[in-house]
Amino acid sequence: MKKEMEMTCIVCPVGCVMHAEMDGENIQVTGNGCKRGYTYAVNEMTNPTRMVTSSVLVKGGDMPLVSVKTKEAVPKGKIDEIVSLIKQAEVKAPVNIGDVIIKNAAGTNVDVIATRNVG
Amino acid sequence: MIKVDVAVIGGGPAGLAAALSARENGAEKVLIIERDARLGGILSQCIHNGFGLHMFNEELTGPEYADRYIRRVEQSDIEVMLNTMVLEVTRSKTIHCINSDRGYITVEAGALILAMGCRERTRGALNIAGDRPSGVYTAGSAQYMVNMQNFMPGRKVVILGSGDIGLIMARRMTWEGAEVKMVCELMNYSAGLNRNIAQCLVDYDIPLKFNHTVVKIHGRSRLEGVTIAKVDEKLKPIKESFEYVECDTLLLSVGLIPENELTDNLQVDMNPVTKGAVVDETRQTSLEGVFACGNVLHVHDLVDNVSKEADIAGRNAAQYLKNSIERTREIKVKSGENIRYTLPNYIRTDIDKLDIYYRVTKTIKPAVVDVYADGVKLKSKKLLVLNPGEMETINIDIPVDAREISVEARENI
Repeated sequence: MKKEMEMTCIVCPVGCVMHAEMDGENIQVTGNGCKRGYTYAVNEMTNPTRMVTSSVLVKGGDMPLVSVKTKEAVPKGKIDEIVSLIKQAEVKAPVNIGDVIIKNAAGTNVDVIATRNVG
Repeated sequence: MIKVDVAVIGGGPAGLAAALSARENGAEKVLIIERDARLGGILSQCIHNGFGLHMFNEELTGPEYADRYIRRVEQSDIEVMLNTMVLEVTRSKTIHCINSDRGYITVEAGALILAMGCRERTRGALNIAGDRPSGVYTAGSAQYMVNMQNFMPGRKVVILGSGDIGLIMARRMTWEGAEVKMVCELMNYSAGLNRNIAQCLVDYDIPLKFNHTVVKIHGRSRLEGVTIAKVDEKLKPIKESFEYVECDTLLLSVGLIPENELTDNLQVDMNPVTKGAVVDETRQTSLEGVFACGNVLHVHDLVDNVSKEADIAGRNAAQYLKNSIERTREIKVKSGENIRYTLPNYIRTDIDKLDIYYRVTKTIKPAVVDVYADGVKLKSKKLLVLNPGEMETINIDIPVDAREISVEARENI
C-alpha cells in the first residue's frame, strides 16, 4: 500500500516542511533538517502521537480546577476519548503535582497526572 | 516603612528568577511584590506543554515550570507580599503599595528590579468597527476563564491574530467542545511557532486565513457574527471580499505590550521598538540601581529566555549593592539591516564576552547574521532560518577599544 504525506515538523521551533512516502515497510522522508525530524515523520506515518493537556474539576480546593497532562504523548486516535475522560473526572483537594488523576487513560498505558498543586 | 536590599515588582517567571538570583548572589533582604493571590504569573494559566526545554531539558507545562522556582523561593528567606498592588515607584527607589492586610505600605529598596510582565492588545488597540456586544475577548482572558475559572466563553469561535496564545486557545476551545471556525491573520506569515500551527490548527482542520482581518463586529448584547475581509498588500481591506461569519465569540491574539506604567514614574530611557526600558548588559536601566527583566523589558517567546535574563538582572542587582558594578565605558549596540532590535542596548562594564539577543524584521531563509565593531566584521553566523517571531542570540568577543557594535542579518546566497 502506498501512502504520501506533507507535514510540518513539531519537534523544534525551526518547523521544517517535510514530505514522507510509504511503500509497504519502506518509508522515505525529504525536507527534514535533522534525524529527529526523520523519526517524527516516520511516527506521523505509522503512529502519530500528541500530548494532551487539560484540567479536571477539584472539590474543596482553593481553585476550581487542577491542570493535568498525559505523562507521555498518546496516539492521536485516542485524544478524543482521553479528553472526554478528563471532562468527566473529579478529584478532592489537596492535589499535588505528579498525582495520578486517571490511570492508564483509554487503555494507552499512559496516566493522566496533575501539573499544579491545589490546596 | 519596610527597608529591603532588593525589591522585585512582579512574581511571575522573571520576578521569581530575579529574586532567587539576587539572594544567591549576596543580597540579604529580598522582597517580591505580587498583585495576584499566588506566584507564577502568566505561567499559571498556560497549562499546555512546551516550557523548559532549554532550562531543564524537558518539556513542562506552565504551572510545573513555575513550581520549580516557587518551591525554591519558599525554601529561601525571600519575603513575598501577595495581593499587593504597587501604586507608584520613585526615582529614589521608594515603592508605594497597598494590600488588604497592611493597608498602605512604603518600601525603601537599595536596588529595584522591574518584572511586571506584559499585557495583551485589545479591541481598542485595533479600532474594529461595529457594535460592542459581549463575547469579544483577548485570547489570554479566554485562557484564564477556561483554565483557571472553569468558565467557557462561548461555543462558536473566530480567532483574530495567529500569535501563540491564539493558536493554543484554538486547540483548547476545540477540546472543550467549541467549534473554532477560523483563524484570521493580517500578515502573510504567522507570529506564532510553526509547531503550534501544526499541532493546534492542522490537527483539527481549523483554517488559517493569511492576509485576512475582521472589519466589523455584529450583535447588540451578545456577539452574533463578524465580517471578515481579505487585505491588499498595503493591508487595506478589499471590499469585494467581505464575508459574514456567524460566531458568538471573537478571540484576539494580536500582540503584547510591556506593562510599563510604573516605569514611567522613574523617567528612565525607553526603547520605542520594544516599548521597554533601555538597558546595558547588566540589565540596568538608565537610572542606577534600577534593573528590568522579562516581558516588561521586551516580549519574549520562550520563558526559558525570561529566566536567563532575570538571572542576569538579579545577580547584578546584588553586585550593585556591593558597589561592584563599575561603568568603565559606553559601547552602543545598534540594530543594523533587517534587525528589529537588540538587547542589551549598551555595554558599560569591563567584560570581554557577551550574548546579544536580537529579533529580525522579516523571515530570512537561509540567513547569515553579521556583527560589526566600528565597521569591522567581528563574527558571522549561518542559520537555517530567521523568523520575526523567534528571538535569537549570538555570542561575541568584545574588542577592548570598541565604541559601537552593530548587528545585521541578510539572506545567505
